[in-house]
Amino acid sequence: MPGPSDPAFDTLALHAGAAPDPTTGARATPIHLTTSFVFESSEHAASLFNMERAGHVYSRISNPTTAVFEERVAALEGGVGAVATASGQAALHLAVATIAGAGSHIVASAALYGGSHNLLSYTLARFGIETTFVKPRDIDAWHAAIRPNTKLLFGESLGNPGLDVLDIPRVSAIAHEAGVPLLVDATFTTPWLQQPFKLGADLVFHSATKFLSGHGTVVGGVLADSGRFDWERSGRFPELSAPYAGFHDMVFTEESTVGAFLLRARREGLRDFGACMSPHTAWLILQGLETLPLRMERHVANARKVVQFLVAHPMVAQVGYPELESHPDHALAKTLLPRGCGSVFSFDLRGSRAQGVAFIEALQLFSHLANVGDCRSLVIHPASTTHFRMDDAALSAAGIGPGTIRLSIGLEDADDLIVDLKSALKAAEKAAA
Amino acid sequence: MKFDVQGRTAYAYTGGKPWGAGERCVVFIHGALNDHSVWTLLARWYAHHGYRVLALDQPGHGRSDGPPLASVEALADWVIALLDAAGVASAHLVGHSMGSLIALEAASRAPGRVAGLVMVGTAVPMRVSDALLGTARDDPARAIAMVNAFSHSGLASKPSYPGPGAWLRGGASALMHRMQETAALENPGNLFEHDFRVCDAYANGLEAAARVTCPAHLLVGTRDVMTPPKATKALAALLRAPVSRIISGHALMQEAPDAVLNALRQAIPA
Repeated sequence: MPGPSDPAFDTLALHAGAAPDPTTGARATPIHLTTSFVFESSEHAASLFNMERAGHVYSRISNPTTAVFEERVAALEGGVGAVATASGQAALHLAVATIAGAGSHIVASAALYGGSHNLLSYTLARFGIETTFVKPRDIDAWHAAIRPNTKLLFGESLGNPGLDVLDIPRVSAIAHEAGVPLLVDATFTTPWLQQPFKLGADLVFHSATKFLSGHGTVVGGVLADSGRFDWERSGRFPELSAPYAGFHDMVFTEESTVGAFLLRARREGLRDFGACMSPHTAWLILQGLETLPLRMERHVANARKVVQFLVAHPMVAQVGYPELESHPDHALAKTLLPRGCGSVFSFDLRGSRAQGVAFIEALQLFSHLANVGDCRSLVIHPASTTHFRMDDAALSAAGIGPGTIRLSIGLEDADDLIVDLKSALKAAEKAAA
Repeated sequence: MKFDVQGRTAYAYTGGKPWGAGERCVVFIHGALNDHSVWTLLARWYAHHGYRVLALDQPGHGRSDGPPLASVEALADWVIALLDAAGVASAHLVGHSMGSLIALEAASRAPGRVAGLVMVGTAVPMRVSDALLGTARDDPARAIAMVNAFSHSGLASKPSYPGPGAWLRGGASALMHRMQETAALENPGNLFEHDFRVCDAYANGLEAAARVTCPAHLLVGTRDVMTPPKATKALAALLRAPVSRIISGHALMQEAPDAVLNALRQAIPA
């Protein structure tokens, strides 16, 4: 039913959550750089604090610019709402802290971004939240790891570093059978490539620093809720279904049948942990969101050309990209990621760590740094940077070889990127001598 | 808060305050495939401004036991029975859409129990097209998407509901799916089609309006295409009711919560 009453993804990317400013007529979303908002009266103030009215009080809790970003992400994901956070890491922490505490347990994919792994393995463990890691392709392991105190199943839509495709329909079915929600880190895919809620996920977060922003300018995160998980029926979540003394004895599931999780995430999580997003950051990410469909299409097209070049190059031992038949999740990717598998992937260079270093240093267009999802192409050599303290055996255990290179393909002309890579591969070959 | 009504458990949200004694009471009645949570801001406001509040879940919706009742008339009797169970002598009835029909019928059946009537997003009769009834029967998910598209007038209603950061269309869709799925767990059938048929079948609305003796007030959305404002003219005349025109689609409480509160305060002063 195309049209303004039922807009499609590309239209939502431009319009969801935003309208011309009623005061000034400004067409673009204004940046509301203010800490706080004037009350109309004492009665108005009290009603805002008591959730008798909706509105903004203090920008740590909500802000008009940030709210546009939150609503737009929720619209693009097909959710009921979202909470913007200071970073992707803050979004993951907020998701966990809203429903888990000391004595809680999480089942997580072992194929995670290192920062997420650190948070779950070490930091949350210090606060009494234990995590069992499972190989994401081992469906039985997800089921077997669930305990009576399990609060969450968690994986990445495309895992680190091998781009394991999370089988969201099957893992979410296991989660729901146990009365537990599935949280997905969808940073690598964005809602343009995959909407995890449609596949069965209950919560989604992004490092908005990456493709949502798309320009490598800001750090931010966002946590969205599908509204489909029945927290009360599950029986595992008194955090949402029992009176909460920390907020007027509110029972969040009574206040909002489908928005209970986000109510607590905002009313407790932003209030107490305070990892909120600046309105200026929200505005910058909104600029990125407006072109997300165009950029992702180009990211994927460029990545496919680069992958085909690398696959055919004699200096390349293997390329880990799910669109290749050699990838263990090739069939699953065709089903769950029909628009493409993103533009972040790794390949193995034949040779030593020194050759990997020579490759990196010979590149001219690719920027050597620790980020992904920029409009510019990026590269990193884990063995000489993020994992340089590991010996080759330890690297292998982490799924990383001495010549493993991670690329994030940007929006440049793909032929230019290929020439750059070709020259650098030549340099790596010469470095073998 | 749970009550025993007609031998089954009925749930009503009390506005964030314990259910207690008091003379003044407001009862909020939701529309098709909704529950009490469409009223929580307004319910909290009245609960903290001198009223006892019951924002009910209709039978077979949300936390109230099923099965869903078969007609507006039966639902009106159920609302009066809920007042009995809660020990409420008289209450203001506020209904949205299908709920407005229930409030109207209850006000006509039990004039001594209804202090005031507010109909939000209403039309009498509330006919549902054969196409939509057929879609509700054959493809409820598609019908939910259609109703969602029809019910909202824009893509950026501020400050959103229940607060900033909420995507109204997503929330409305998720709530309707939750009602449909929860109902199916306990009672066979299609709650969406059931509710739409109840609206469509209610033929006595204007006769009921002619019998209403309490003060009445209509709240209409100027951009409502589900229950267009022009469909309320005869109703307003029979009820001798002022009409508040609010810039909104059919989902008035979500699209314009402050405007709805301001209009309600004219009908039900604090």
